[in-house]
Amino acid sequence: MSKLKLIIKREFLAKVKNKSFIIMTILSPLLMVGLFSLIVFLNQKNSEEVRTVAFVDDSHMLSTAFTDTPSTKYIDLTPLGIEEARMQTEKSYYGVLYIPKVDSLTDISKGIEFYSEDSPSLNLISDIENNLERKIRNLKIEQLHFDVEKIKKTETDVEIATENFSGEKSSKIGSVLRMIAGGGFGYLIFMFIIIYGTSVMRSVIEEKTSRIIEVIISSVKPFQLMLGKILGNALAGILQFVIWMISAGLLLFVVTLIFGPEATSSGSAMGQMNPEMLQQVQQSSATDLQLALLEIKNLPILTMFFSFIFYFLGGYLIYSSIYAAIGAAVDSETDTQQFMMPVLMPLMIAIYVGFSVIENPHGPIAIGFSLFPLTSPIVMLMRIPFGVPWWQIVLSMALLLVTFVGIVWFAAKIYRVGILMYGKKPNYKELYKWLKY
Amino acid sequence: MENILTVENVCKTYGNFTALNNVSISVPKGSIFGLLGPNGAGKTSLIRIINQITLPDSGTILLDGEPLQPHHVHQIGYLPEERGLYKSMKVGEQALYLAQLKGLSESEARKKLKYWFEKFEISDWWNKKIQELSKGMAQKVQFIVTVLHSPKLLIFDEPFSGFDPINANLIKDEILKLRDEGASIIFSTHRMESVEELCDYIALINKSNKILDGKLNDVKQQFKTNQFEVGLLSNNKEELIANISNHFCVENSRTTTVDNELRLLIGLKNNETSTDLIQFLNNKAQINHFTEIIPSANDIFLKAVANNE
Repeated sequence: MSKLKLIIKREFLAKVKNKSFIIMTILSPLLMVGLFSLIVFLNQKNSEEVRTVAFVDDSHMLSTAFTDTPSTKYIDLTPLGIEEARMQTEKSYYGVLYIPKVDSLTDISKGIEFYSEDSPSLNLISDIENNLERKIRNLKIEQLHFDVEKIKKTETDVEIATENFSGEKSSKIGSVLRMIAGGGFGYLIFMFIIIYGTSVMRSVIEEKTSRIIEVIISSVKPFQLMLGKILGNALAGILQFVIWMISAGLLLFVVTLIFGPEATSSGSAMGQMNPEMLQQVQQSSATDLQLALLEIKNLPILTMFFSFIFYFLGGYLIYSSIYAAIGAAVDSETDTQQFMMPVLMPLMIAIYVGFSVIENPHGPIAIGFSLFPLTSPIVMLMRIPFGVPWWQIVLSMALLLVTFVGIVWFAAKIYRVGILMYGKKPNYKELYKWLKY
Repeated sequence: MENILTVENVCKTYGNFTALNNVSISVPKGSIFGLLGPNGAGKTSLIRIINQITLPDSGTILLDGEPLQPHHVHQIGYLPEERGLYKSMKVGEQALYLAQLKGLSESEARKKLKYWFEKFEISDWWNKKIQELSKGMAQKVQFIVTVLHSPKLLIFDEPFSGFDPINANLIKDEILKLRDEGASIIFSTHRMESVEELCDYIALINKSNKILDGKLNDVKQQFKTNQFEVGLLSNNKEELIANISNHFCVENSRTTTVDNELRLLIGLKNNETSTDLIQFLNNKAQINHFTEIIPSANDIFLKAVANNE
């Protein structure tokens, strides 16, 4: 046992002392924060920009359709005529809208054109269209001698408040947060499995190419070496995860200090949000923000943290023992290609399935793939924020463990033979033979 | 004499390929045992089984009288033919790690490493990485790591490859010293002159079978062909040759240029002794020298393998 400890220690230190590990651990959170701030910054800059749109209304009916917004100003150039207006616009405005002369309201929607230097932003066009539609609708209502004000009064805003059976309030934002948390953790596991699996494989190949392998396995069993390598790397992975979690916590704390408490809710959400989601949050009202904050607190954070550790270890152990076997079977990293594809396949499927899972977390696909051991670490983790029946978690963990034992047994056999084979480019048939040695 | 290692009827197959077929060897304590054979004969397979890297399909192995067990790896030092060290790890850390894997405590390992590093005058390499050292320098570290835990049985597979003649000599002296201190050594090589210099016993493996073993001197006696080289001084060489040829089988003759000596290679038949030959020659000419031809390890190797084909 003490030998296993020695191996784990060496593998852990070799990984942690590596420059790329240090850089990855420290830089990537900074990079994430930087990238995110950049996106927010650019978004803000974008919305600060004011566009001036000119219009020429030869129908003389729609000139009151447009009201200025913070990002768009409208200017009436009808007196100049369209030709002159176009020339003006080219010099100083974003674009010009032309409404031709028509006789009746019915035909007015035809023939409206927009000229601009570049193709205009879709948002702007749909804004203008909405404005025009509303105005034309109002005009038509007046033409039919209805009272516009009265009709407006019939309009109602319905917002459904959702609540689950145990009485906890939930909100759309809550669902979004769950999607983000689930998706984020699932994706994180996916990345960790690939990064640390590959790192195990590299380390096996390094021992083969540097020819130290025979020296080592004359002192320890190949299985001990493989296990020590896998566990040492896992510890490095967990260390990295914990450092990231702590630095995220610290960052949140600093953000709170700088921007005051209101910023916290959006700040904490920011950490895991893409810009679209952010916009959604920004647009929602203050009460929604408070609700979101509450939702974050309501997330099963402890369950998520521990299930992350468990599923990371389970998934990682399965995949990294496969990676170790691949590393043992080949002579150099360039030879690994043919074996990598089948390994990456279930991981990719898990990620794709995961996207549909966060839409419908309790459907049959979600349940199936969150039980199947090669995809469960990713898919189950994506489901957990939405609440998963405990028997499913237990079953998927049990399946994961059984598969782990089976796969490690296979991998160890291939590893044992492979590490002493040089100069042979093995195929699957060859690997199958090794199982029987 | 007691044996440090006894291998009995060991068989090993890989799929359809037989690597070892009923091989038995005994390595006496305190000796240097040469394990010889052409490439692919099964030497490395046997060595790996002794090191418990692979298991035999059948047969028994006794180390110092006990059946081989996992804890025995601490009593064996192995320098494989395919050897190397972690390239990006520091020399000292690496040596400590490997020594601890062989069961030494950290402080013990440190003490012994200090001794060996000073002995080989490489103390200032402690904090260097292997990739900064030359191949020969790395080999020195590798040798130290092999012998550091003072194993009872040392196994060297081609120990001199990668060394220049000076360092090869240094290593050879160390190997002899280790034997004198009581270690038993299995020595696998293709370099027959080093077998001649070092080995007390040899075993020859060819095509998965042991075809020959024993004390090196006994094996040599067994392989000698009753041939004698004689140097004679005479005025009438043709007549002398003809005369000798009438009684003995002259296989080769030439005249040296320096002192005009006649050199003859004479083979004796079973009923003839060297005394007969000396007496005969003594009457005919002046004998400058008289040597029995003892086959070299190289000759034995080639002949035994050829006979086995």
